[in-house]
Amino acid sequence: MTKWETVIGLEVHVQLRTRTKMFCADQTTFGDPPNTNLCPVCLGLPGALPVPNAEAIRLATLGALALGCTVHEKSVFARKNYFYPDLPKGYQISQFDRPLATGGSVSFDSSERGRVRVGITRLHVEEDAGKLVHDRFPGKTAVDLNRAGIPLAEIVSEPDLRSPIEARAYLTTLRQILVYAGVSDCSMEQGSLRVDANISIRLAGESRLGTKTEVKNMNSFANVERALEAERARQVALVETGQRVEQVTLLFNAVTGQVKPTRSKEESHDYRYFPDPDLPPLVLSPTWIAEQRTGLPELPDAKRARLETEYALPVYDARVITSEAELAQYFEAVVDAGADPKIAANWVMADVMTTFNDRGNFPVSPVKLAGLIGLVREGTLSLQAAKRVYAELAQAPDQDPRATAERLGLIQVSDQGALAGWVDEVLTAHPAEVARYHAGETKLLSFFVGQVMKRSKGKADPKGVQPVLQERLQRMVKSAAR
Amino acid sequence: MSTVVSGAAAVATETGKRLAAAEGLNATLSWSQDLLDAEATRVDSMAEPGPLAGMALALKDNIVTVEQPSTCASRILEGYVSPYNATVVGRLRAAGAMIAVKANMDEFAMGSSTEHSAFGRVKHPLAPDRVPGGSSGGSAALVAAGVVPAALGSETGGSVRQPASFCGVVGVKPSYGRVSRYGLVAFGSSLDCISVFGRTVKDAAQVLSVMSGSDPLDATTVNRPPMRVPEPLQNLRGLTVGVPREYFPPDLHAGVAAALRATIARVRELGGEIRELSLPNSSYAVPTYYIIAPAEAAANLARYDGVRYGPRRIGPEGDIRSLYRATRGQGFGQEVQRRILIGTYVLSAGYYDAYYKKAQQVRSLIAQDFRRAFESGIDLLLTPTTPTPAFKAGEKTDDPVAMYLADIFVCSVNLAGLPAVSIPAGRSEGLPIGAQLIAPAFEEERLLAAAAALERVIPAAAEVR
Repeated sequence: MTKWETVIGLEVHVQLRTRTKMFCADQTTFGDPPNTNLCPVCLGLPGALPVPNAEAIRLATLGALALGCTVHEKSVFARKNYFYPDLPKGYQISQFDRPLATGGSVSFDSSERGRVRVGITRLHVEEDAGKLVHDRFPGKTAVDLNRAGIPLAEIVSEPDLRSPIEARAYLTTLRQILVYAGVSDCSMEQGSLRVDANISIRLAGESRLGTKTEVKNMNSFANVERALEAERARQVALVETGQRVEQVTLLFNAVTGQVKPTRSKEESHDYRYFPDPDLPPLVLSPTWIAEQRTGLPELPDAKRARLETEYALPVYDARVITSEAELAQYFEAVVDAGADPKIAANWVMADVMTTFNDRGNFPVSPVKLAGLIGLVREGTLSLQAAKRVYAELAQAPDQDPRATAERLGLIQVSDQGALAGWVDEVLTAHPAEVARYHAGETKLLSFFVGQVMKRSKGKADPKGVQPVLQERLQRMVKSAAR
Repeated sequence: MSTVVSGAAAVATETGKRLAAAEGLNATLSWSQDLLDAEATRVDSMAEPGPLAGMALALKDNIVTVEQPSTCASRILEGYVSPYNATVVGRLRAAGAMIAVKANMDEFAMGSSTEHSAFGRVKHPLAPDRVPGGSSGGSAALVAAGVVPAALGSETGGSVRQPASFCGVVGVKPSYGRVSRYGLVAFGSSLDCISVFGRTVKDAAQVLSVMSGSDPLDATTVNRPPMRVPEPLQNLRGLTVGVPREYFPPDLHAGVAAALRATIARVRELGGEIRELSLPNSSYAVPTYYIIAPAEAAANLARYDGVRYGPRRIGPEGDIRSLYRATRGQGFGQEVQRRILIGTYVLSAGYYDAYYKKAQQVRSLIAQDFRRAFESGIDLLLTPTTPTPAFKAGEKTDDPVAMYLADIFVCSVNLAGLPAVSIPAGRSEGLPIGAQLIAPAFEEERLLAAAAALERVIPAAAEVR
């Protein structure tokens, strides 16, 4: 490649999956009408005081443990002071020099560097600000404070990423871990995951970091990659034409694919952090932290390894199935309900994943899918017929797989008499092919099987058809010889 | 059938008359007879009368109620009515108190004279040309003038004990964390305490006892059982009362010195032991306080930006920065602006360590002085509350530091989070003088039992010699 090495660090904000806000009892529901989830605390009314949400602390702790961080027994809430109309108190309650957790890592397979371990500098808890709405009232800016006070964990990575592709892979892995741990929904569409990226370039082999820029306003992981590609190219072009990279904040435009510097702020912000006197230091007992660690659900890497060994799944299958916590959970439920693991995996990676991606849920219960798989195994349904039944069940989940198959007339017939009937009809209807078969053209057997399936409207059990066919054709030779 | 005027209703009527008669003091910012009467009706219909049944209380205007504006004596909150009640308001009302009077104060509780009120100063009830002290001067004056038996103030750096001393009433500041701050408009959050004025120690203790106790809405309240109203001690036998040298400088006002000498004598007469001691870091209290309190205030007052509530002023440029500048530049008075500037400065990058961090370290040393004193066998400390009696209006308005030094004996207690009381200790040239007792954290019962014993033997209204 080029002589330039890219250095990227990411700051990720995830919304902690709580019912109520970080410091008050207002709901966190997404999409409610503007300014409906408000109270004196998150409005910053005179005299109101914050009280920490224990569930938010628990979730942030889980997230920190899932990322291998050290969770500190004592951390401190701090005020980050700045004026902005979406910030009701004129400061954001965050954590500064005493964050909840430090020193974890995220590992993933990089297409360029193999297994990559990215350090997590810190994870801290904070409240979100509100939102400015520019398109609602012409010529005016409105403020929606529903998001003000939403609990967030900010996860800061070390500058350990070396390409935009790695940045995307890091995000995918981080998201997977946090969703597995139940910490956050990590939905960029609903604003429960946001990414800011720091990027710089340096000559390969150089140990000093170049001047970094910050890239914001990326609304998908794909766009993070695109934005960083664009910014890397911009920096390389600057340096290669003898210019310098200025420390600026850039906004990504998903339509043009370009990054543009924000209006340069003449003065850099001095946030005047200091410990929030309204909140005593957050003290967590070692016992409690240990309990959270024990209660941590199985994480993607461990689950993938287990699926490979416990169910003898191919590496590829285990990776696909564990890509989403819910998919893996569904898979195991299907196996628990009696299905063969590899067959269940095939189903989960195909029909189940399609419905899940479309609808975000699993309309066919694991028990019913296992039942369907059983019907195929015992020869009652062909695989094709089972897929039709699955589609039917996905529309009407209350139905029973076998009853649905019967109603659709998809039950396979393996009864010798019925099969013999269809076979005789086919052989009678195709004397020329029978003659060619007897003349030695034995590959016509599959032609006869196909005709039987057609005549039976797919109901004939193909495994049962072949012996009957062979037996009849054999007998015809004998009777001709007599 | 005849109309019986019940207890609370009669009190409401009387209180209204006294309020009207005291209008000249400029001690209130809002009250109404209708509201007083409504409160009386509510109290009279209570199934259980409660320990404060029929007691009319005045509230400093930085404690929010839904019925009246809560302005903090600032233009920036002119007309602002809170949609919720402070925690203490609910507790006091449940105990039978009537709340319908909001008292004047220094703007956002910043000041020692009420001269920083945006709505004019309060007059001292005994000497109209003098100040009642501050910042809770309106509440102090209303109790001193006999309008209400007790009133709520707030302390960040002595703002109840100092005016109590000036006005000749009892002023009690509880331990930090004893009373919920929910609904007290924040000034210096690590120091702010809702505190009480009373004509007697018992009245003040009763009010404090009702308000005390942890509050799920204030994370800094301490989970302890509420304070009980102590029985006054018959004597002070077995109590060691410490007298810290640093609180008796050579230039102490002669009347104050005489009043304290007399109080010390009373302690001995009651069987208490007097022990001299040193609190070596006392002299750093005022500078430490004037770093920590403004730093917290600068953040606490950032919310008054004209965006969500309060008067909004559009600046000449018409943009949001200009709106902030105009709203805050015109809405805040000079002293508030001065403290916001100090607070912003001491938290700035490059200055934090030299000022805010250093001040926090000194604060620990000041608290340690007190802790060591109490660990050395001292039960209570006795000091003057203020270095002088009430000063004349206008005397210190051009010299902020001179004004700050009026709190020299009171603000170390706030830095250490301790409970303390100022009780009347006689008069000098007709002006009241206060004696301050300080107790270890959460020893309010010991503090108030001793204060009540002394109160009985000190001729509060007599000239000291």
